[in-house]
Amino acid sequence: MTTFLKKFWNSGTLFIWICGGAVTASVFLVVGVLLLIMVNGLGYFWPSNLVEFELADGKKILGELKHREIIPDSVSVQSPDGKGRFNLKIGNRDLYGLDFRWVDEDQVVAQRLPLKATAFERREWGNFYGYLQEIKQRDSVLVSGDEAWKLLGPLVVEANELHEEIAHIEKGEIGAINHEIEQARLRIRGLELQGKNDSSEIFDLKADVKRLDSQYEKHVQGLDILRKRLHEYSIVLRDANGEMKELPMGQIIGALQPNAMSAFAKILTYIKNFWNVLTEEPREANTEGGIFPAIFGTVMMVLIMSVAVVPFGVLAAFYLREYAKQGPLTRAVRIAVNNLAGVPSIVFGVFGLGFFVYAVGGTIDTLFYPEAFPNPTFGTGGILWASLTLALMTVPVVIVSTEEGLSAVPREYREGSAALGATKIETMLRVILPSALPGILTGLILAISRATGEVAPLMLTGVVKLAPSLPVDGLFPFVHFDRKFMHLGFHIYDVGFQSPNVEAAKPMVYVTTLVLVLVVVLLNITAIAVRNHMRKKLRGASI
Amino acid sequence: MGNVIPKTHKSLKVEVVTDPSRSIQLQPESMTSMNTSDESFRQPKFAVKDMNFFYGEHQALFKINLDIPAHQVTAFIGPSGCGKTTLLRCLNRLNDLVDGSRVVGKILLDGQDIYDPSMDITDLRTQVGMVFQKVNPFPKSIWQNVTYGPQLKGIKQRSQLDEIVENSLKGAGLWEEAKDRLHQSALSLSGGQQQRLCIARALAVNPEVLLMDEPCSALDPISTGRIEELLYTLKERLTIVIVTHNMQQASRVSDLTGFFLLGELIEYDDTKTIFTNPSERRTEDYITGRFG
Repeated sequence: MTTFLKKFWNSGTLFIWICGGAVTASVFLVVGVLLLIMVNGLGYFWPSNLVEFELADGKKILGELKHREIIPDSVSVQSPDGKGRFNLKIGNRDLYGLDFRWVDEDQVVAQRLPLKATAFERREWGNFYGYLQEIKQRDSVLVSGDEAWKLLGPLVVEANELHEEIAHIEKGEIGAINHEIEQARLRIRGLELQGKNDSSEIFDLKADVKRLDSQYEKHVQGLDILRKRLHEYSIVLRDANGEMKELPMGQIIGALQPNAMSAFAKILTYIKNFWNVLTEEPREANTEGGIFPAIFGTVMMVLIMSVAVVPFGVLAAFYLREYAKQGPLTRAVRIAVNNLAGVPSIVFGVFGLGFFVYAVGGTIDTLFYPEAFPNPTFGTGGILWASLTLALMTVPVVIVSTEEGLSAVPREYREGSAALGATKIETMLRVILPSALPGILTGLILAISRATGEVAPLMLTGVVKLAPSLPVDGLFPFVHFDRKFMHLGFHIYDVGFQSPNVEAAKPMVYVTTLVLVLVVVLLNITAIAVRNHMRKKLRGASI
Repeated sequence: MGNVIPKTHKSLKVEVVTDPSRSIQLQPESMTSMNTSDESFRQPKFAVKDMNFFYGEHQALFKINLDIPAHQVTAFIGPSGCGKTTLLRCLNRLNDLVDGSRVVGKILLDGQDIYDPSMDITDLRTQVGMVFQKVNPFPKSIWQNVTYGPQLKGIKQRSQLDEIVENSLKGAGLWEEAKDRLHQSALSLSGGQQQRLCIARALAVNPEVLLMDEPCSALDPISTGRIEELLYTLKERLTIVIVTHNMQQASRVSDLTGFFLLGELIEYDDTKTIFTNPSERRTEDYITGRFG
C-alpha cells in the first residue's frame, strides 16, 4: 500500500490534479461572476407578465412577480416546508408609497393574468401597473376602453416627440444662448478687472447680452407653448382596486400589455429596452432611464488617460533602459516605480485633488480665468484631472511593460542600425521603438483594465452623480476638459447605495455592471487586436 | 550591457607586451611584391598601430599592429575569445556601444585616426559597413531594410531609393530572388537570403570597407558558397575584412590572413604562406588542428 502511495506521489498525478483544480476553480469563478451579472442584469429588459392576486381580505394587487421565498420563521416541526411568500413589484409609488410588496401565500385567494393589465412607464414616480380607463382632452372624455388603448400609441409617440423637441431647445438653443451670455459676462468682468470700466467694448458686450436675453425670452415662451401641449391630453388610469389616477399625457413614456404580447413582440421590446438604456440619459435619480452619459464619460476618461500615460511612461522607460547608467540609483528608481503600482488608488485620488485640482487647477484659474472668480474653472474636479490622476496611477505599469519590451529587442538590431551610420536617437526611433511597440501596448492594455474600473480616486477628482452635460458638445471649444463627468463604476455605487429606492434600482446596478464589464472588454479587445497585428508584422509570418 | 563582453582568458591581466619583435610592423609579403605604383596599395586602407583594447579592467587586445590593404580580402582567424571579433568591431568603432570599452593606440583609415575626437562616428560607419554573425535584418520590408542607411543619410526621393535598392540587391546577388517581393517582410526570407540582404543593406550606403563577422556561421553550405562567391566580386569595389572560424573558408576567400591568439596577433601574412608555410609554430599548430 505504501509503495502504491509512493508511486502515486512520484508519478506527479496528484500535482497535476491540484493544478488542474486551481485552473478549474478560477474558470468557474469568472464564469460565475459573469453569469450572476448577466442573469440579474439582462432580466431587467424583459417585459414580464403582470399578475393579479386576489387576497383574502378582498383586495387585489397587480404587479410583476419577482420571486417566491420561504418565510424563515414559518419553518417548524409541524410544517417542515414552511409557508411561502411572494415578492411583487407593484409600482404606483405615488399611490402606495412603495414599489415592492410581500404577499403571504396563504393570503392569496386567486391568481390571474388579466390581458388588459397594462404597465405604464412614466417620467416620474416609476411604473404604474393598472388599466387604462379613458383618455381626456382638456377635461372632457375623448374615448374610453379599447378605443382608448388604440389611440394611446400615437398620443404617446407625439408626447415623446414633444419632449425631445423641448430637450433639444433647452440643451441646444437655450444652452447656446446661456453659453454666450456667460462668455459675454466673463469678458465684461475681465475688462472691468483690467480697469477698462467704460470702454466701448463693454458697451457692445452689454448690448449683446440684452439682445441674447430677449432671444432667451422668446425661446422660453416657445417652450411654454410646447409644455402646454403636453397637458392637452391626459389619461385616466385605474389600479387593481379601482382607484383612479389622472395623468397628463406628457408623463407617459410608453405603455405595454405584457400579458397579451407574443414572445416575438417581447423580444423586440427587450432589444428596444436594452438599446434605450445604452443611449438615453438617466431619470429619477439614476434609477431609471439610461446610462449613456456614464458610458461616454468612462470611455472618454480612459482615452484621455491613455493619451497621457503612453508618452509619459514610454519616455521614462526609454530613459531608464537606454540612457541611464545601470547602477544602484537606477535600480532604486526602478524599485520605487514598481512600488508605485501598489499604492492604494485613493492615495492617488488625494494626490490628484491636492496637486492637480488645487495646485495646478487653482494656478490656471488665477492666471487665465480671473474673471470667473470666485467660481472655479479648472480649480475643481473635472474629467482632465481625473484622467491625469488615473494616468499617474497607471504609469508604473506602462513603464514596466515598456522596459520589458525594450529589453526584448535583440542587441543585433541596435548594432545593425549603428553599423549603418545611425545615431542612437535614430536607432531608437526607427528600430527599437517599433520593435518595442507590442510591449508598450501590453502596458496600455493593463493600464486601461486598471483605470476603467477605478472609482475611488475619481470621487475626489471630478466624478459626479449627475452631470448636466457631456464633456463634448457643440459649443466652442467643443471638448470641455474642465467639466465634471459621470462614470459607470461610480454609477454602480451611486445607484446601488445612494439612491432612495434601492430595491427598484437593483436591476440597474447589474445592468451598469454588465455594461462596465463590456466596456473594459471592448477597450481591451481593441488594444489586443492592434498589438497582435503589430506582433505579426514584427515576426513577419508571411512565408 | 555587461553580457556583450566576450569570454577571454581571465588570467590575462593588464600587461603591456614588451617583446620588441612584436612591435615590428608586420608587412605582408604580397604588398611589397605587388605593383607598388598602384596608389591604393601604397597606402593601406586600415593601419592599426600599437593598439591595445580594454573592456573595463580587462585587456582584450595587446599591441596590435597590422595593415589592411585595399581591394583585398583579409581574414582573421583564431580560437574563440582570441580578440579577432573585438578588433573587427574596433574598425568601425562599434565597440563604443559597449560600456567601459577603451582603446589605446591608433587605427588609421586612409591615414586618418578613427579614434580622433574630430572623427564623425556616423560618417565612419557609413564608410565602413558591417555584416554580423547573427543574421539581423530589421523586422521591416526588404525595401525598407535596404533603404535604411540611405534614408538616414537624407535621401528621400523614391526613384533614387528604388535605384539604390536594385543596385544593392544585385550587388549582394539577391535581386532575382527578391525583386517581386520587395515590400514583404525581410523575415520571410530564408537564412541565407537574409544574410545576403544584410550585405545588400550594408552596400546601400556605398561603403569603402566591409567588415564581416563570421557571416556564414549560421548558414548551410549552399548559402555559404553563394556568399563566398560574392566576396570575389565585391572586392573589386571595396576592401573586405572577414572574421571566420572556418579554416577552409579563410583559405578559399582571403588574400591575407591574420592569426590571433589570446589577444595578440601572432602572425599576419599571405593566406598561402600562412596555410602552407607559417613562420610561427603556434599558427601551424592551430591550422593543423592541434589545438583551438
